[in-house]
This record gives sequence, C-alpha cells and structure tokens, in this order.
Amino acid sequence: MAEIEETQLPGVGVRHEFVTAGGERVAVLTHRSGRREVAVFDRRDPDACRTFLHLSADDTRSLAELLGAGQVSEAVAAVRHQIEGLAIDWITLPADGPLVGATIAEGQLRSRTGATIVALMGSGGTLPAPGPEQRLDGGDVVVAVGTPQGLQQLRVLLGA
Amino acid sequence: MTLAAASGEVAVVFIEVGAVVLVLAVLARVASGIGVTAVPLYLLVGLAVGDGGVVPLDLSADFIGVVAEIGVLLLLFALGLEYTSSELRQGLRTGVAPGAVDAVANFVPGLLIGLLLGWDVTTAVLLGGVSWVSSSGIVAKVLTDLDRLGNRETPPVLNLLVIEDLAMAVFLPVAAALATGRGLGATLVTVGIALVAVAVILVVALRGGEWLSALLAPATDEALLLAVFGLTLLVGGLAQQLEVSAAVGAFLVGLALSGPVQHRASALVGPLRDLFAAMFFLFFSFQVDPADLPGVAVPALALAMLGTGGKLLSGWFVAARAGVARAGRLRAGSALVARGEFSVVIASLGATLVDGPRLGAVTAAFVLVTAVAGPLLARFVGRPAV
Repeated sequence: MAEIEETQLPGVGVRHEFVTAGGERVAVLTHRSGRREVAVFDRRDPDACRTFLHLSADDTRSLAELLGAGQVSEAVAAVRHQIEGLAIDWITLPADGPLVGATIAEGQLRSRTGATIVALMGSGGTLPAPGPEQRLDGGDVVVAVGTPQGLQQLRVLLGA
Repeated sequence: MTLAAASGEVAVVFIEVGAVVLVLAVLARVASGIGVTAVPLYLLVGLAVGDGGVVPLDLSADFIGVVAEIGVLLLLFALGLEYTSSELRQGLRTGVAPGAVDAVANFVPGLLIGLLLGWDVTTAVLLGGVSWVSSSGIVAKVLTDLDRLGNRETPPVLNLLVIEDLAMAVFLPVAAALATGRGLGATLVTVGIALVAVAVILVVALRGGEWLSALLAPATDEALLLAVFGLTLLVGGLAQQLEVSAAVGAFLVGLALSGPVQHRASALVGPLRDLFAAMFFLFFSFQVDPADLPGVAVPALALAMLGTGGKLLSGWFVAARAGVARAGRLRAGSALVARGEFSVVIASLGATLVDGPRLGAVTAAFVLVTAVAGPLLARFVGRPAV
C-alpha cells in the first residue's frame, strides 16, 4: 500500500494524501462534520487541486462500498472512541486453529474472556453481530471488542 | 433601558429592530447568492440607519448596543471552538516565525498611517491591529468556495490564522488597557494584570478543558446551549472586570471545550452567533457618521493597498516555507487579504478615544474594501494559467 501522509487543517479537519501507482496525487479531506472531499492534484501545478469531489457522510459510505472497503472497522472505531478502556482487535483464525469448526457458543468465548465477537469477515463477506450458532472457519477474521487483556486471552484461545 | 417604560416605546423598538433585521436577512441572502460574505453589507446598513444616516433610528440604539456586545462574545466564543488544544500547541510550536512576519508586514502599515494622520499613539496602535488580522471567517469561506482546502498552501494559511487569533488573545487586552487612557504607570499595571489573567485563563482552558467538557457532555441540547451561553457571558464579564476585554474571555471559553461537546456547542451556538454578530456589525457602523467617510477615503484606501501587500507577503512567506511554488504562494497571500470581525472588534475598543470616530470610519471603509476585494482577488489569482 502507498504511504499515506496526514496533515492537520486547524479549524477544518484533517487531510490524508497518497500517490497512486499511476503517479497521481490524491487527497481525502475529512471535515469535523463528517463531510469529506476527494481531491486530485494538478500535474502542472502540484500545489493545487484539479478535481474536487464533495461528499456527504452518506455519499462517503456509498463510495467506500463501491471501492470495496469494509465499513465495520469505522463503525467499531467510533464505538471504541466513546468508551474508555475498550479495545478492538481483528484476529485471523489459523486454518488449524483449535476452534475451527466449532460454533461461537461451543467456544464459550465470552464467558472465558469477557470479549464479544461483533463481526465475522470470511469468504462469504462480512457478517455483523454473528449469533452463538455461527461456526468459525479457518481464514475468517474475527472482529472482537473487549478489554485489552480479554482480547489477548481470546487470541490465545483461537490459536492466533 | 427600562423595558416597561411605555408600551409605545417598546412597540417602536420592535418595529425598528424588526425592520432592520429583515433588511439584513435580504442582504444575507443576496450575499450568499453572489458568493460574497455579508459583513460589508451589514456595515453599509449600519451606516444608513446610524448617526447622520438616511433613516436614523432613535429608540432602539440602546437595545442594539447590548445585543452587539453579546455578539462580540459569541463571535469570539465560536472562533475559540474552531480550534482544538493540540492544534493550538502545534501552532505555537511551528508558527512563531510566520506569525512575526505577518505581524510586522501588516501591523506596521496601520500604525504608520495612524501616526501620519496625527492620531495619538494608542489610536494608531489600534489601527495597526485593525490592519493586522485577517478575517478567519472570510478566509475559511474563500478557501471552501474556491475548493482550495486540499491545496498544499492551505495548511500553512490555516496555521497562520491560528497564530493570529492567539496573538489577538494578547493584543486585545493590551489594546483595551491602552484605551482606558490613564497615565503610563497605571496603564502598565493594567496591561500587566491583563497579560497575567490571559496566561492563567489560557492554561486553565488548555489543562482544564477536558474536565469542563466531560462535565457538560451529558447535558441535553437545551441545557448545553444555556450552559455555554451563560459560561461565555460570565467569563467574559469577569474578564471585563479585570479590564482584560470580555472578548478574550469568551475566546478562551471556546478553546476550553473539546471533543463531542465542542461539535455540539458549535452547532447549537452557530445560529445564535449569526444573529447577534449581525447586530454587532450593524451597531459598529451605526456609530460611524457617514459624513466622516469622504474625509478618510484616502487613508483607508492607502491602508487597503498596504494591507493587501502585507498579506501577499505573509502568504508568500508561509507558503514558501512549506515548499509551495510561486502560484501557490500568491494564492496563499490573496486568500488572506480580507479583514473582518477582528478588525471591527479592535476598532470598537477605541470608540471612546478622541480620534475614535475617525478610527471607526477608517476601519469601516477599510473592512468594506478588503472584505469585498480580498475574495475577488483570491478568485482572480487562482485562475488556471491558459
């Protein structure tokens, strides 16, 4: 992945930029209000923007959907922001993990670690809020929320 | 003003204020239609209904005066809300050199013109302040409207605005102390108290901000609005008691709020600020006698030329430091040309001075010219070379 450069814009928000493989410089401005703008820099004047796309919070989600990025991480990051001491972790299940093939309930993951699985990202797409009957497959990414210690225990239990 | 003096008077006040506010509403709409800020138009209305204007208002002056004072507080409070304490710290770390260049290039023209006009030093210093500070509101609007927020010269421009606003937290109380017009010794004491008070409030705002924000966070919108409004007036009033200038107190309250409370307060106070600030701009030019304007046209235009040159220099300097090429340096300077709310706030401090009326007239003309010409210049400079 290209290196992403972050610049603070006092009173406005923050700007992230990177150079595409084709050599175009692209910036994403995130306003404090959640509104975003996508800018493509001008090749002749590298300090100015050629294209400027205004996106509302909703538009941003649509565009992200089209570009294929998962929205789970963002939503969970917002939750984590609100509650102090809460951590989130993305854990990839190894193919030979001890709990592969078991359901979430059978693993007794919550009672043993205090951590909750909030989403499963597997070959079939992202499954938010999986039920206790959901089976864990090798290669799935488990998104879990809990205390940092709980998440560490979960990592050990899952064999990751 | 006694509210119950006579219902006839109240009726006249309502009618006068209502009619004027409706005119402001039309102008705000026109302004947004043609893509300029409404501040210069408000100033023109103030000239028309003020002393010596076309349709002077008699009864509502007191009422508008109090509303205008609150307008200043809310303007500065909202400005303080714009910045987070980490942005301020970063600004202070990296912004000293740009801030100094900007101050010299733009304060000196005002000071010199004030002295050349034969004004006393205090009034000339105030005029220096008037020509020094760009309008954060207009600059942010210009950058947004012209889609320049993503440009590489924009972060240094915004950082410069932070520095200017912080410099005002020091300059305003000093200017207010000077304007009390006592002897040298008493003035020095007042300035000393003012600076200590600002330092204390600034430290409390930066350190205690999280505590205050956490305290306010659970409030409903209604309770939060009342709390920040009350707090702004209270701290502003206390600052005024210490002769620190109420505006600075309000600014620091805004700085102290952070996190989600900051965003909510900003959304809640926004409409209130627009209303009260409009009355402030109105009231300022209300006190300017239009008959004074022709007499100050030459110095005001000279100041506008020098002030434009000064901002082009500041913009060139800050953009060059960020490694921006020539075109971007010019864009940075042109974006900064517009003066507005701060210049008017500074000039209003000197309203009671001997040369106060002329300071007000020069400032009104200067703000009118730069607030209109600045955005136009920025648009023109930004045109892509064919």
